Amino acid sequence: MNLAVAARRATEAALSAGATDAEAWAEESTSRQVRVYAGEVESLSDAGARGVGVRAFVGARSGYAYGTDLGDGGVAEVAQAARQAAEVADEDEHAGLPDQSGTTAVPDLASAELAAWSTGRKVELALAIERAARAREGVTQVENAVYSDAEGSVALANSRGFTAGYSATQAWAYASAFAGEGAELMTGLGVGLGRDPAVLDPEAIGGEAAERALALVGARQPESRRCPVVLDAFVAASFIGFIGAMLSAEAVQRGRSLFAGREGEHVADPALAVADDGTDPDGPASAPFDGEGSAARRTALLEGGRLLTFLFDARTARKAGRASTGNATRASYRSPPSVGTTNLIVEPGAEDLDGLARLAGDGLYVTDVAGLHSGVNPVSGTFSVGASGRLIENGELGAPVRELTIASDLVSMLKVVCAVGAEARWVPLGRSVKAPPLLVGEMAVSGS
Amino acid sequence: MTLVEPALATRVLERALARGGELAELYAEARQGFSLSLDDRRVERPQGGRERGACVRVVQGESSYNGYVDGVEEEDLLRVADSVAQALRGEERRPAKLGAAAPAKGYPVLARPEAVEAGRKAELLRACDARARATGAEVSQARVGYTESRRTVEVYNSEGRAASDDRTRVRLSAQVVARRNGRVETGTDTHGGHAGWELFETDPERVAERAARRALTLLDAVDAPIGRLPVVVGNGFGGVLLHEAVGHGLEADGVQKRASVYAGRLGERVAPDFVTAYDDGSRQGDWGSDGIDDEGTPTRRTTVIEEGRLSSYLYDLLRARRDGVESTGNGRRESFRHVPVPRMTNTFFAPGEATPDELIAGVDRGFYAVSFGGGQVEPATGDFVFGVSEGYLIEGGRVTAPVRGATLVGNGLEALGAIDGVAGDLEIATGYCVKAGQSVPAGVGQPHVRIRELTVGGTAA
Repeated sequence: MNLAVAARRATEAALSAGATDAEAWAEESTSRQVRVYAGEVESLSDAGARGVGVRAFVGARSGYAYGTDLGDGGVAEVAQAARQAAEVADEDEHAGLPDQSGTTAVPDLASAELAAWSTGRKVELALAIERAARAREGVTQVENAVYSDAEGSVALANSRGFTAGYSATQAWAYASAFAGEGAELMTGLGVGLGRDPAVLDPEAIGGEAAERALALVGARQPESRRCPVVLDAFVAASFIGFIGAMLSAEAVQRGRSLFAGREGEHVADPALAVADDGTDPDGPASAPFDGEGSAARRTALLEGGRLLTFLFDARTARKAGRASTGNATRASYRSPPSVGTTNLIVEPGAEDLDGLARLAGDGLYVTDVAGLHSGVNPVSGTFSVGASGRLIENGELGAPVRELTIASDLVSMLKVVCAVGAEARWVPLGRSVKAPPLLVGEMAVSGS
Repeated sequence: MTLVEPALATRVLERALARGGELAELYAEARQGFSLSLDDRRVERPQGGRERGACVRVVQGESSYNGYVDGVEEEDLLRVADSVAQALRGEERRPAKLGAAAPAKGYPVLARPEAVEAGRKAELLRACDARARATGAEVSQARVGYTESRRTVEVYNSEGRAASDDRTRVRLSAQVVARRNGRVETGTDTHGGHAGWELFETDPERVAERAARRALTLLDAVDAPIGRLPVVVGNGFGGVLLHEAVGHGLEADGVQKRASVYAGRLGERVAPDFVTAYDDGSRQGDWGSDGIDDEGTPTRRTTVIEEGRLSSYLYDLLRARRDGVESTGNGRRESFRHVPVPRMTNTFFAPGEATPDELIAGVDRGFYAVSFGGGQVEPATGDFVFGVSEGYLIEGGRVTAPVRGATLVGNGLEALGAIDGVAGDLEIATGYCVKAGQSVPAGVGQPHVRIRELTVGGTAA
């Protein structure tokens, strides 16, 4: 199946059905997952997916439909449904295809190495991750070790004559290890990702899961207080992801962002620099163009403490009298594009973890947070989330702690991120974020 | 409508078992859906979709082999069956004879949502917007969403199971923003079920009104207290507490890996004797109900806590075989692109004798958590966290100031043991539960429940 042909036909079918403009996103992918437990394959899965999504404009109205049949009849049906859906929408004078479409060359999105790996080798890799975790003294269980990969192709066509496509590969693995027993049982997660399995280091992934669990053994509830908090890279990435969401022009224009009207202002400590970069060759969300055909680019968001810009798709850009920043994102062909982050990248600083602890003096090192999506109010920015980690005493990492919450609000927190760690890493949990550990000057810690 | 004829299903299972396997299964599904939203006074994002696909699974010993495919044509199904069989190394097995897929006990859908004109759905959203704005002058923004879905499911397996289910769900949700000076607060509410458009026949706009009231209330909220306090948890969505703190720990996959604090505790006392809890996927019309689960087992009521004692785990076929018991009808999957795992359906505490007012009157200084924004638990330890979306202080036996930014932190076993009152006002709310990357509709519910002491985390120093 030629995806570009299917996308072009879908676009033409939408115009024939009465659309004034149309766009089609066609997609095909294969993916594999290996899950091992106790030295055996627990499950082995293969998936083949394909589908097309059509956005049809009728004047200032737009509608969306999708389906799994890429044949001529199938795409025509989807196109017709999209055009019909458009009738029920209210008019939106800013809706429409991008004024300018294009592509940016992003090298090495697809690795040929992936195809060279047999299923057997992938199983071996997952088993090696599990062994690496079990090998650490004190690990009582490895709940699972999982290897996954995907190879996908996309084509986008629109009625202004744009047609483009790309292929990308992704491989990732994780393990979840336990240390301790019964009520004292602690868990740790280790992850790794890249374009193919060759870059995944089983020792590092399994070892990380084990060490994160072992570090928490014997954890107690700390006393409630206000103190400096060091967020490890996983946790820092989660918070930066929330801030990225608040910088979407969609959230700003809908009155749902605390950053509305604050472009150009000092909103953060100068130590914190953040960019959205859809062109980083290592970024899981990198691609030559966004979900509606605007060329991918890098957009600096926070620099020298100032908020430089919001993130725009074609519609929000038109409304604001700006240019799209290439941030129309799609989860799959099953959903229309919407404004979102690509890869959020936090510029690394100078301090290693010991240095951050020294700067914190007396405080808390947080290695895990729970309840983020319920504990952060995306509108007011206030948050209170469950956490675990270690105490920082006299500038050094101390006893493990659990059953506590950390609370602040995102706007205040940005202003007191007073030091940035040197070791940045990709964190593929939810959004794609590359972050180092961060030292936050003060947070409310609630324990006993 | 039949997706896969029994004769084709038989051939698929034969091919899947060509190199051995103790159990082979074909799960086929047709999905269609429509959704529409209103934001900033504008009806937008109308979208519809249709998908068909299947999953072929072969189980051998402790391993399962799965293949997923978009499409249910003969060539799609046979290709995926062959590819799954490639992973095995045994002797060919024969599947049992299959009959026609027997339809499961259905739930009445009085008005098919797909037959309702899209314009009426847009009108419903506009009416919700108007109601939210009429609730208070400080309401500044409303976002309302409508979704409908229909899933036709067929399950065939090599033990002769042939079952089908026709599932229709509708859901309305509202998120309302209120503003006063620099302060911005949000309130949400939802209404939905395993039912049709008839669910929205009487005053559906109350969803928007309730969301607006929550947002307006929060404008007067004080910062949450910090510390260990008695907590009264509200009915309906308050059941997220049971779902997270207990229910996930009863799912047999985690139990069998000793990744649950409830492993090995069947028969043990985990709560006072006036506490009983169920998982029930057969409650008519409720959000988490289906006729069969996604392995073809009829849904049913499972008593998980009986008068304070832990009485059952929640099983799918695989984990039930391992423990030598029957599946409890909890093998659920998000779609044909996912493997079934033990999941809750509608999980709730049985109603007790008290009234909500009596529970509150017994607290001198405490916290009233009416509704949660969501929650999370580490099943291995039972440690949980809940974000409270609507909460109040309790002072001198009375509900006083609204509170914002509160979080409840605790441990499932400790919280169960600390329950000291259950009211009679059971209600089931509509949640989505995410586990192992799969999102399924889950009913959460309970009557008002009081817990002697929980850690309340907040922003007040």
